[in-house]
Amino acid sequence: MATVTPARAHGPRPRAPRPRGPRPRRQWKAYLYLAPALAVLGTFLLYPFAQSIWISLFDWNGLSLATWTGLGNYRDMAGDPVVRAAFGHALVLIAFFAVLPVVLALLLTAVMGRAVRMRGLGFFRAVLFLPQVVASVVVATSWLALYAPDGLVNQLLRLVGLEVATRAWLGDFGTALPAVGLVGSWVGIGLCLVLFLSGVAQIDRELYEAARLEGAGLFREFFAVTLPGLRGQIAVALTLTVVAALKTFDLVYVTTSGGPGTSTTVPALLAYDRAFRTGQVGSACAIGVTLAVLILLVTLLVSRVQPAEEDA
Amino acid sequence: MRISRAEAVLNYVLLGVFAVAALTPLVGVLLAAVTPQGEGRYGFQLPSRIALGNFATAWRDGGFSHYLLSSALVVLGVVALTTVLSVLAGFAFATLRFPGRRVLFYVFLLGLMVPLESFVIPLYYTLRGWGLTDTYWSLLFPQTAQSLAFGTFWMRTTFRAFPVSVLEAARLDGAADRVLLWRILVPSARPALTTMGLLIALWTWNEFLLPLVMISSETWRTAPLGLAFFQGQFTTQTSLLAAAATIIALPIVVLYLFLQRRFIAGMLAGAVKG
Repeated sequence: MATVTPARAHGPRPRAPRPRGPRPRRQWKAYLYLAPALAVLGTFLLYPFAQSIWISLFDWNGLSLATWTGLGNYRDMAGDPVVRAAFGHALVLIAFFAVLPVVLALLLTAVMGRAVRMRGLGFFRAVLFLPQVVASVVVATSWLALYAPDGLVNQLLRLVGLEVATRAWLGDFGTALPAVGLVGSWVGIGLCLVLFLSGVAQIDRELYEAARLEGAGLFREFFAVTLPGLRGQIAVALTLTVVAALKTFDLVYVTTSGGPGTSTTVPALLAYDRAFRTGQVGSACAIGVTLAVLILLVTLLVSRVQPAEEDA
Repeated sequence: MRISRAEAVLNYVLLGVFAVAALTPLVGVLLAAVTPQGEGRYGFQLPSRIALGNFATAWRDGGFSHYLLSSALVVLGVVALTTVLSVLAGFAFATLRFPGRRVLFYVFLLGLMVPLESFVIPLYYTLRGWGLTDTYWSLLFPQTAQSLAFGTFWMRTTFRAFPVSVLEAARLDGAADRVLLWRILVPSARPALTTMGLLIALWTWNEFLLPLVMISSETWRTAPLGLAFFQGQFTTQTSLLAAAATIIALPIVVLYLFLQRRFIAGMLAGAVKG
């Protein structure tokens, strides 16, 4: 359920139900239609989430009796260098997963803004979007090979005489985190570019004509027309990529398992480790809940930037 | 609007560079997958011959025929169940009036935003208590729950786009809601249903964390989980690993190549509109 989940949330906002013709009566059977979905959603998502919040208030090793600690786990998190490092890494990943692809895609869109009706765009769209559909485990496997000591990255460096720069990119304390981050950039850039190009296509051509008539250059045109016109797409791209960065798990699990040392640990990995390896279930749940709160906040914050849309 | 020749060339060059960047890691996997075992390791080099045997080895000895079957069963189950439940719930939200509608809407919205990472731990203990871990059920129900909110909003949007007058007319003719839904709305929503099914299939097929937590016996392993275990066991057999990775990616990539417009449009629409 990779990247798309949260931003779908932007969509239709609830409103007082539209009256549809002369039918003022309440239709109780609606609950019958909703019941099966609610049962599954409640049992396998909402209830465990509520449990997660509850367990996060206890000290529990998963086996013996739990003891109440109130907000103790959250207090410990704040003071725990390992947890702080993991959230710090998530922040670095946001730069790579979200900021870099969005900025790069915006630059490209600025340059190619008028390529919207180019021939062959469909082909490029399909190729650029491909990383989005490949399983993250497969993505991780392919990048493991690229970053290996005799992998493509080092091959290219040797080719241009930079033997000194070669290294085991994922095994080096200094480069492991950026190396993982760049994989996220690789996944995200296509999504952003496709989003922005489709957004530009929806901008009124007359706005561009008008800007040009007033003598605006490429630069002015971008800031006066393209950027405001893409506000919605930028909000979506940011939500998707920031959330993906925050909940990164598969990629790190397969490529580095958090190493070397703890240089690439991320919150989701830490929660997994604590719950299933070191028996700190309460603390693991506290990390998970914090992650959920952060994601909810990001989604709500970014959706405020988004222009209001009419109810679908 | 016309663009100059120089501009067109620049555009193609830029798009080309990014297309190559997007393809390189994947081509690397393909290349490694057809390299005879023991020949070269990670780097990019042309194999001395195309060794398709790696696929056979991964398929049979690596157990991937079995992992793929597991994945396929789970995907079919999740898509079927999610579709039915989403159609029903989406219908209620789109056409019926009932008290608590607003609250329930937010409940589904919450389901859209809460990440698996934040509730998979209690979910594991609950399902273990019910004796469901290490079964397909432990994948089927949670993944359905995760897709449901999306599916419900998707179907709600689809049904609301249907002309109200037709529905009113059918209702005046005495058609029951059940008939409206299954005879009129669902048949007309077939394209939207297909797109929804494709997206859910994609997410379910690629899911990693849930099977990692729920499945410990090899019998129920899904394809991505199989690859991760393979990775741990055969770190040096890059050709086999690459062949396995290719086998996993292939079904979705093939679907994508045929239906890419639908995939992209669906993912963008899903992202933009909800």
